Amino acid sequence: MPFIPHTEEDVKEMLASIGASSIEELFDEIPPDLKTGALTRVPPGMSEMEISRLMLERAQADGFYLSFIGAGAYEHHIPAAVWQITTRGEFYSSYTPYQAEASQGTLQLLYEYQTMMASLTGMDVSNASLYDGATALAEAALMAVRQHKTSRRILVPRTVHPAYRKVLHAIVRNQDIEVVEIPFCPESGQVLLEHLEPFGQEDFAALVIPQPNFFGVLEQVDAMTDWAHKKHSSVIAVVNPMSLAMLVPPGEWGAQGADIAVGEGQPLGIPLSSGGPYFGFMTCKHDLVRQMPGRIIGRTVDLDNKPGFVLTLQAREQHIRRSKATSNICTNQGLMVTAATIYMSLLGPEGLRQVAAQSHANMLQLTEQLEKLPGVKRVYSGSCFHEVTLTLPGPVNEILQALKEQRILGGLNLQEHYPELNNALLVCATETKTADDLNKYSEMLGKILKKYG
Amino acid sequence: MSIPTQLKYTKSHEWVKSESDGTITVGITQHAQELLGDMVFVELPKIGRTLAQKEECVVVESVKAAADVYSPVAGEVVAVNSELESSPEKINQDPYQAWLFKLKPDNAADLASLLDAQGYEKALESEGH
Amino acid sequence: MLIFEHSRPGRRNRSQFSTIKAEKQNIPQNLLRKSPMLLPEASEMDVVRHYTRLSQKNFSIDTEFYPLGSCTMKYNPRACNALAMLPQFLARHPLAPEDTGQGFLACMYELQEILKDVTGMAGVSLTPMAGAQGELIGVMMIRAYHEARGDKKRTEIIVPDAAHGTNPATAVMCGYKVVEIATDKEGNVDMAALKAAVGPQTAGLMLTNPSTLGVFEKNVSEMSRIVHDAGGLLYYDGANLNAVLGKVKPGDMGFDVIHINLHKTFSTPHGGGGPGAAPVGVAERLLPYLPVPMVAYEKGVYRWLTEKDVPHTIGRLSAHMGNAGVLLRAYVYVRLLGAKGMNRVSEYATLNANYLMAELSKVGFEIAFPTRRASHEFIVTLKEIKEKTGVTAMNLAKRLLDKGYHAPTTYFPILIPECLLIEPAETESKETLDAFAAAMKEILVEIQEQAEMVKSAPHDMPLRKLDDVKAARELDLTWKP
Repeated sequence: MPFIPHTEEDVKEMLASIGASSIEELFDEIPPDLKTGALTRVPPGMSEMEISRLMLERAQADGFYLSFIGAGAYEHHIPAAVWQITTRGEFYSSYTPYQAEASQGTLQLLYEYQTMMASLTGMDVSNASLYDGATALAEAALMAVRQHKTSRRILVPRTVHPAYRKVLHAIVRNQDIEVVEIPFCPESGQVLLEHLEPFGQEDFAALVIPQPNFFGVLEQVDAMTDWAHKKHSSVIAVVNPMSLAMLVPPGEWGAQGADIAVGEGQPLGIPLSSGGPYFGFMTCKHDLVRQMPGRIIGRTVDLDNKPGFVLTLQAREQHIRRSKATSNICTNQGLMVTAATIYMSLLGPEGLRQVAAQSHANMLQLTEQLEKLPGVKRVYSGSCFHEVTLTLPGPVNEILQALKEQRILGGLNLQEHYPELNNALLVCATETKTADDLNKYSEMLGKILKKYG
Repeated sequence: MSIPTQLKYTKSHEWVKSESDGTITVGITQHAQELLGDMVFVELPKIGRTLAQKEECVVVESVKAAADVYSPVAGEVVAVNSELESSPEKINQDPYQAWLFKLKPDNAADLASLLDAQGYEKALESEGH
Repeated sequence: MLIFEHSRPGRRNRSQFSTIKAEKQNIPQNLLRKSPMLLPEASEMDVVRHYTRLSQKNFSIDTEFYPLGSCTMKYNPRACNALAMLPQFLARHPLAPEDTGQGFLACMYELQEILKDVTGMAGVSLTPMAGAQGELIGVMMIRAYHEARGDKKRTEIIVPDAAHGTNPATAVMCGYKVVEIATDKEGNVDMAALKAAVGPQTAGLMLTNPSTLGVFEKNVSEMSRIVHDAGGLLYYDGANLNAVLGKVKPGDMGFDVIHINLHKTFSTPHGGGGPGAAPVGVAERLLPYLPVPMVAYEKGVYRWLTEKDVPHTIGRLSAHMGNAGVLLRAYVYVRLLGAKGMNRVSEYATLNANYLMAELSKVGFEIAFPTRRASHEFIVTLKEIKEKTGVTAMNLAKRLLDKGYHAPTTYFPILIPECLLIEPAETESKETLDAFAAAMKEILVEIQEQAEMVKSAPHDMPLRKLDDVKAARELDLTWKP
């Protein structure tokens, strides 16, 4: 019996103490017509050796590729120490730190995480994380609407990650919140003030600003932030945390800074792992702290005045406030945040800056090499961080297929999300790519493109 | 528990004091304060806001709970006790001094629907406390 | 000591730095960061030591008995973690083509099929990332169903007062009004209250069964009939599925939609509060609304089902496919258990709960529903003890920490005064339960003889009771140098 320690003797003694004659008798309150138990489609149990073999075979079948796909999930080197410590049983198999005295490890780590994220984004406070970047954006939109009180409109540029916009829409539509999409400049790949202006005639609760945006392009965040603030609306920044080692943090955008910053925490030490688990981060200005969803850790003292950490502002949360909670969110992504905190500690400010700078430099180098190929051009003139949008001289899916046969994943076809973009490819290079990798990609693409010349 | 006899009450544990200028002052009762425990935050309404009777207008938050305070009658908010924003513990120390807001009732006759001290005491008993 | 206090300017972990200097750079000056980042500058060993030491300040399943009611703190098999972290699985990009991930997709497809069988549902989507998100998605599907039929009068969701706080919070997030109904003395939903609450305005009923009171809702078939007759749907909160796994299928109880907490019943790690995973299952009539993506198997190939395949889907609730790594862990767990192993989960979870309830009752604790069978959990109430001695459920919980046991869930469900919700889980041995009962007995004696000592517990933990009033009044949420 997997993971059940009882001996026959144990069972006998336990039933005797209860006063029941069999385990089945313990289910006698369940109406017999409901007991249908038999599982017909669940296969018989396996030993650990057998399941290990199966999983290894499946993993090997999937194999490894040289990947240049980004689009919201990024391959970065993860120091060995990160997951060795994160999967220690004391982190891995503990629960939400409701009993503070028995959870100081998790609580202190989360306080350190909050400090790091607030600093990285240039904001005052951080929560202990949300599910992922997309849901963090949706929670930020709800928060901005609660704060604004009169308007339920959110302005969202089409340069925001398409999946984030879908998630945002799915979550807020039930609360009569209107998501208004803003167009962008087809030359620069940015949102310009002229695109915003027509939407500012009517009140809106918040403007969402992605940095870098989905095309890899850097937005003119100062002008956008000031424009929204002039209209008495909040600014929600959607940022890649790795880029913040190089870029001005949201808290310093424009004259007053963004009000809420959210994003996908995955680049900070979380493996790609087919899309999850990742974690969403959220930081904000101090006056919004009570509107913030999710768990928040505070520092305090014990009876002997020794410093310690507790969950605080819990009255906002669902287990107390029930139908009036700021959100129904219950869990955070504790284990992912554990990894991210250890990751940021191991790299430190200089290490993080180097990863960002190397990723940026690799993107520039790769772009330079690819642009030398006939028919390959950058689509947008705006500066990029570590991703770039290129047009190819032939159908993207066909070319990607040919690259895949050489075990290269060449990027993401943008047509599905932006029907107006013909033959456009989103390509990412992080610090993990060597000069050889970049050469391999450009040479192989060159060979494939000959057929379209 | 002593319930001040000069005040009026609601079943939702607000106390109401009629002022000479026709306004009323509203706070929460000793009983409510005890139920909630150590107060950590108070969110007050904006001055000038008009309230319907039983409309939620204040949130009082303790470590373990958050509760809404309801407007005892319809009216307009004319003052709030902003001192509580920095010292919410005053509600625990003396709930009948730590008023929350003052209201100009739309209709003075509405006040007749409030409970007196004896009526409030009965309401508490029937709640099983 | 905080990690920041280990920091020394100029200390570097050069093994984590690139050996090549990044030369190219073309970011406009006005977009470049000028302000410093408050990250520690510490050596790799200092960081490893710091976080290893922090971990040692946690209670966990791997180190202590953790009978936290309603959370199903069972052993998290190490194989599940090791096999989900095979390097090829970790390296796979979420947007990588389907034919580069057939092995991974096979696991996801089989997990979907297994969960369909376990829940008795017609379809399953794996995307929800936590119980609360599974609930949100479930209620969104209920709403989509009514809307598709042009039935716009349904504005209310009925929730028993014993429900998890996420239930009413979720209903509100979906734009519904919450109607709470009472529980009777036996711990069942009050049927008269239910009948009075149900009507043409009812969109659905959210129910946990066995309930959070640790008892099986005997009238569930009758409840199902009442709600369905009025045109409403039934939502099953799978928080307590561990109690009936392989015994009862929620689909057979009449439920239309369910979420399953994999981090409870299917033993994926709680990780200090996440990540979770909470697949949703639906009956036939809700199939068109399931969230995307899902996995299909056609002509020997696995592929994603997207908006194109499921045009009426409520949409996407995560940027990719949800918590894939958690789903892999659950997959390994169900394959290790197999059909018989799953059946035994509920049997031994129930045996452990009823045994511990009997032992604690013999020791002198008051059981909240003494005439009922425990499901996989049960409630002890300290109402009388508090009246006589002033010792609260929280005091007892803290004293348990001193004795090396994580505390049960306290003050939930809210309607039972001074309660402890105790869930021992099937992976604990009789000796552990006996030792726990003995510790509870010791505390009972301490309450009689030295109540003040119990009230000021804990005493033997690294810290004494923490001041959460100060934490909330004088917010200190980030360290300042």
